[in-house]
Amino acid sequence: MFYDEIQKISWDETTEKIYSKTETDVKRALGKQRCDIDDFMAMISPAAAPFLEQMAFLSRKYTMERFGKTVSMFIPLYITNSCTNSCVYCGFHIQNKMARTILTEEQIENEYKAIKKIAPFENILLVTGENPAKADVNYIARALDIAKPYFSNLKIEVMPLSTEDYEMLTHHGMNGVICFQETYNEKNYKLYHPKGMKSKFDWRVNGFDRMGMAGVHSIGMGVLIGLEKEFRTDITMMAYHLRYLEKHYWKTKYSVNFPRMRPAENEGFQPNVIMTDKQLAQVTFAMRIFDHDVDISYSTREPANIRDNMARLGVTTMSAQSKTNPGGYYTYPQALDQFTVNDERKAQEIISSLKSLGLEPVWKDWDACFDHEKMAV
Amino acid sequence: MDNLIIGGKEFSSRLFLGTGKFSDNRLMAEAIKASESQMVTVAMKRVELHDESDDLLNNIVKDKTIQLLPNTSGVRNAEEAIFAAQMSREAFGTNFLKLEIHPDPRYLLPDTVETLKATEELVKQGFVVLPYCQADPVLCKQLSEAGAAAVMPLGAPIGTNRGLRTVDFLKIIIEEATVPVVVDAGIGAPSHAAWAMELGASACLVNTAIAVANDPVKMAIAFKKAVQAGREAFLAGLGEVSFDSKASASSPLTSFLN
Repeated sequence: MFYDEIQKISWDETTEKIYSKTETDVKRALGKQRCDIDDFMAMISPAAAPFLEQMAFLSRKYTMERFGKTVSMFIPLYITNSCTNSCVYCGFHIQNKMARTILTEEQIENEYKAIKKIAPFENILLVTGENPAKADVNYIARALDIAKPYFSNLKIEVMPLSTEDYEMLTHHGMNGVICFQETYNEKNYKLYHPKGMKSKFDWRVNGFDRMGMAGVHSIGMGVLIGLEKEFRTDITMMAYHLRYLEKHYWKTKYSVNFPRMRPAENEGFQPNVIMTDKQLAQVTFAMRIFDHDVDISYSTREPANIRDNMARLGVTTMSAQSKTNPGGYYTYPQALDQFTVNDERKAQEIISSLKSLGLEPVWKDWDACFDHEKMAV
Repeated sequence: MDNLIIGGKEFSSRLFLGTGKFSDNRLMAEAIKASESQMVTVAMKRVELHDESDDLLNNIVKDKTIQLLPNTSGVRNAEEAIFAAQMSREAFGTNFLKLEIHPDPRYLLPDTVETLKATEELVKQGFVVLPYCQADPVLCKQLSEAGAAAVMPLGAPIGTNRGLRTVDFLKIIIEEATVPVVVDAGIGAPSHAAWAMELGASACLVNTAIAVANDPVKMAIAFKKAVQAGREAFLAGLGEVSFDSKASASSPLTSFLN
């Protein structure tokens, strides 16, 4: 399991290695057909900053070879914000006094209908907080069952589950799982996640192995930029993780995310580091050059001009017109967001924008009939 | 130490040898010795299984540094291969087996379906299976999942000496491998073997190129050096290849970030 592997990798030594990379190391990496982790460290290091334009060129080249001129579109739907965890940075933190929602089946179905009216979404991402007493795997399974007539590709972003539960959900049509590790720094992980199941680092980091073993078709990973000052080290750990998973669960597709925290407007959690736009671009290009096949996803956390320009250079998946509160499309359009949406454009605007950039939004990339044999119903 | 481990055994030489096509067995034995190879494959079909004084075998079995790797060349399907393997284990006293199923007698290309089937069964029966196979990355993942101790994708058809015609696929196989990758078949010159090792292959298996050389013993030594050189180059990390971006300064892709 990956927890055993990550024990062998020193956070501090990795940080040192990254900062000791030189222009020569960067040039070597950029000249290679197939980069290794050492090359990734070079490309993500400060030494690579002057090479941003060349990295953009390579990133665009590899993205076009694998993905063509397309961007995959998805929409997130929060179905609960009831959570027993205490993530210090999250709007759904257990101690936040706010209205908690667990949508009923009828409400969930209304959300699906409302989403279909926005744009021809086929890829949906169901998001929940962690409250298994009130919204457990069976609740999630029902949400998937109800989604089937509306969407051809179902993904979930929920608490890490057991292998058996992931497998059970695949029988209800679940195609993919997204789970951000948040940070790979085991020592500091508990500072940000002090209580609840989420405080267990090894349970979370091994969740990806459990997904692979359960035969989940698609696995999404992410590091929350703002937790650890050394975001380069954190993202390098994710690169290690990605390569490990690709080797062991070779029939699975992967995606990565770099959610960036913004300075808090109130007394909320202040990020320990702010990643600049150039740094985000560098990290994205580095990831694309390192892995020609991984899906790179930018959510509506990112502003419009960043998403549009990066869609031509390496980003392959985007959400549109997202609501990050439960029932945000129909039932409770005014409720508290989990995070601030910075790209507030309507889906139709985003579509026009992508087309004017020479990109085709792709809505459907799977069919439920491929999993026909697996299905419970 | 950069030893190769297959089936629980350690090999300091990454050059494996085949024994067919030599003009005589004495010369073959000299070539094996000169190559310092520690894994030598012998076609069961060529050996008198019940004759302890068999010439072909004696030259190899006597040398305790060499792991005998019987192969099933000649069989046409999984059933025949499994039976042959069982006979081999009894006759030679080793679990090591090169699985070679080529129903086509012209190109001797491996039958993918039968090879996978036979691997699955032979692993269950406790064999250390080294399957000779097509350079198909998906097949190699399936063979390793089935428990093969290594995978042996071909560089080119057996005996053609054409080198790494399948190089694009060998690269993918090596990249994705969780078991040793031994490039087997088609290696025609020491430079081919060096290239395979530079790419990251775990070992090379060479037969025709040595057996039909004008001087097989000298050629065996050349291959030994080539495999060592290629491996050392791989470990040293090949240098920078100049990068030509063709990026245009006048309309930069990243101007939106300024």
